[in-house]
Amino acid sequence: MEARRRKRHRAEVRFRAYGLAAVGFALLVLVLLLGTIVRDGAGAFWQYEVVLDIDFAPEVLGLGQDPAEAELGRGDFSRLVKEAVRKEFPEVKGRRDRRALRKLVSPGAVFELRDRLLADPALLGQTVSLRLPLDDQAQLFFKGFISAAVPEDARKLSDTQLGWLETLQERGQIVSGFNTRFLTGGDSREPELAGIWGAAVGSLLTLAVTLVLSFPIGVAAAVYLEEFSSRTRFTDFIEVNINNLAAVPSIVFGLLGLAVFLNFFGMPRSAPLVGGLVLSLMTLPTVIIASRSALAAVPPSIREAALGVGASPLQVVVHHVLPLALPGILTGTIIGMARALGETAPLLMIGMVAFIVDIPDGVTSPSTVLPVQIYLWADSPERAFVEKTSGAILVLLGFLVLMNLAAVLLRNRFESRW
Amino acid sequence: MTPALLLALTCGVVVAFGLGWRRALSLVGGQARSLHSRPSYYGAFVAIWCGLPSLLLIAAWSLFSAGVADWMVLGEAPAEVRAQSSERIDLFLRDVRKLADGVPSTGATSAAVEAGAVRLAAIREYSSLLLLGLVTSIATGGLAFARSRIAPDFRARVRVEAIVNRALLVSSCLAILVTVGIVMSLVFEAWRFFSLVPIDEFLFRLRWSPQTALRPDQIGSSGAFGAVPVFWGTLMITSIAMVVAVPVGLFAAVYLAEYASARFRAWAKPLLEILAGIPTVVYGFFAALTVGPVLRRFGESFGMQIASESALAAGAVMGVMIIPFVSSLSDDVITAVPNSLREGSYGLGATRSETILQVVLPAALPGIVASVLLAVSRAVGETMIVVMAAGLSAKLTVNPFEAVTTVTVQIVTLLVGDQEFDSAKTLAAFALGLVLFIVTLILNVVALLVVRRYREQYD
Repeated sequence: MEARRRKRHRAEVRFRAYGLAAVGFALLVLVLLLGTIVRDGAGAFWQYEVVLDIDFAPEVLGLGQDPAEAELGRGDFSRLVKEAVRKEFPEVKGRRDRRALRKLVSPGAVFELRDRLLADPALLGQTVSLRLPLDDQAQLFFKGFISAAVPEDARKLSDTQLGWLETLQERGQIVSGFNTRFLTGGDSREPELAGIWGAAVGSLLTLAVTLVLSFPIGVAAAVYLEEFSSRTRFTDFIEVNINNLAAVPSIVFGLLGLAVFLNFFGMPRSAPLVGGLVLSLMTLPTVIIASRSALAAVPPSIREAALGVGASPLQVVVHHVLPLALPGILTGTIIGMARALGETAPLLMIGMVAFIVDIPDGVTSPSTVLPVQIYLWADSPERAFVEKTSGAILVLLGFLVLMNLAAVLLRNRFESRW
Repeated sequence: MTPALLLALTCGVVVAFGLGWRRALSLVGGQARSLHSRPSYYGAFVAIWCGLPSLLLIAAWSLFSAGVADWMVLGEAPAEVRAQSSERIDLFLRDVRKLADGVPSTGATSAAVEAGAVRLAAIREYSSLLLLGLVTSIATGGLAFARSRIAPDFRARVRVEAIVNRALLVSSCLAILVTVGIVMSLVFEAWRFFSLVPIDEFLFRLRWSPQTALRPDQIGSSGAFGAVPVFWGTLMITSIAMVVAVPVGLFAAVYLAEYASARFRAWAKPLLEILAGIPTVVYGFFAALTVGPVLRRFGESFGMQIASESALAAGAVMGVMIIPFVSSLSDDVITAVPNSLREGSYGLGATRSETILQVVLPAALPGIVASVLLAVSRAVGETMIVVMAAGLSAKLTVNPFEAVTTVTVQIVTLLVGDQEFDSAKTLAAFALGLVLFIVTLILNVVALLVVRRYREQYD
């Protein structure tokens, strides 16, 4: 008897341990996931640049002695970079070695010099000390991902290149700082120049279209279903439909967008307008369900009192019920928007997966969104893009945290308990 | 053009509101109580008559104008252009549109394309002028008509509320419209697919190799569209995900509902919800970058061959993503079981775990089964994790260490490529999408029915 009691007690302790272990496992994976992303992505916000003396000599640029301002953009700026690098290491001879030396500086430096000269034509003929971005392999070296201990043919930088980088560092010409290019630049094939701003603007435009479309229609549908409709077979049918739509996989909405919006209506591909349309169809059920529960939570006494002083049914809803249900509706909408921000699959279907370099300037210009940008960068084989992908994930998670925090704060501050 | 037009229309609507308001008040010498409705309703009446018809016209124009313009340009094109296949006609129209937009052409453009572009530019100009004229006349006409109807005993509020109620009804019907749109577009495109590939080959054959010939003499172009390996891949990855998610989710739900203190619950539950809020592309990246290689190296140390895109890696990460679905839905059902059942069991001398296993869980079983079914439905429809972490080759294997492909991966790869839209290859994606839609629909309906039929109503 005693033995059986002890066995049951041990089973009880084991069972409880399993439960705690399950919770612990889930939380462990969460910590692991976020930890690896933070570890890999923190470096994306830091960049290494090289300080070089650039001589904006008109002869080197290939322009005449006194060029017109319109001509300045056509100078040979890559020669400026070559000359500056050669000045640092004058002992380097031979075309291959010189090219290896030139490759330590990012190809984007050429465009930055051009932009500088166009912005300030007085620079022509002067020698200025400027910070230029290093090539992504050189930046990986300074961040500690390329080590000299690895055999030379197993890495992208040769021993001589590593020697040059170390010399530059000893001379104090390597500076590091916060990577503003990551936050303000558009996409690029060069990892050191790639930024998330284009994708962020695209996400913003797409979410704006989603909000403008799903919020009014969703709230209107919820008001109708909750306040004005009687329980007929038709309204039951609408309800069943909405609940089913909430559970349809997101990729099916992408197929709908492809077949109807792109092929039948001929709307522009990769545009935030179409992306917003597809996402608003996806968030519509969420908004409707959240709004309905918010409206149902308002006690009937409010409605009856309003009717008692002579308001019409629509006035009751618009003047009394809706303002009281608004915090709950807004909370549900923000959560729906947060989910739409993280959606990738339907947007892949409607073409927001192209390589877009420019920052989109309207809802009909081709763009991409942040999750799709993460997906594209995750596919890139270059090591430096791992850092960028993780950094972009951190930015996306940051936006999501902000939105969910706003929803929680809204709910805590404004929701009334009846 | 359209944003400016909408802005002008908005201003017109505001002006109309003001005019209606003032007219109503002027008719009763400023005594608002002599009017049937409050003055704002008269203003709203005029504003609606001014804005709504024009808005509908602008919406219809922006949806259909591109298609109508294409049709008109094609009507003026030379006969040999019109006689081409539909894909070549689409290409012709696209070239015309690009030239008319001022995009510099990469090659030589034919005379037909140039003529078409000139015509398209003229059509566009003409149609935007036409739109402007129509909108202005309709808006002002509506405004004048509505304003003339205003009288002190005119029941403006009733009219306006009737219109608003109608608008609310239309909004709810939009939900049905979306479902109808999904079903119709899927069925339509899948129908076109099944006219190219017989349905029994799709549903029962075992070779999935979706190729179609771009040219008649292309080698290696014979396609096989037997989708069974693809369905099998989905089944396998979903099972692995459920093996991870159901035990962990259920045990976590039981612990949080029965054993945990209120403080522990207060921070553990939100943390579990965070797992559900992380975008799936992040999970996919994690699976492809971290879990896949770790599993492969783990297997190599034992001498096993684990692909870096193994079904195990994708399934395990998907299982982790689904844990919150199982745990929070089960948690709700378990807490809903009344305490009287538990206390009766304790009174008979059962331990806590025995109570849970023999009393609480059976009572909550319908809800738990429903939550598992919903989780399965979510796993079946999941895309990004498998696109990034699972493979592309359709294999019929029971080995979780090999790479398999799923329905959603195939949909993405078939459509994000550059095959033309009518080929069997791209239409196969719609057939797969239809199957996916039907399966998830059935799972959701069954979950709903299980809850409805077997749920115990406790007092």
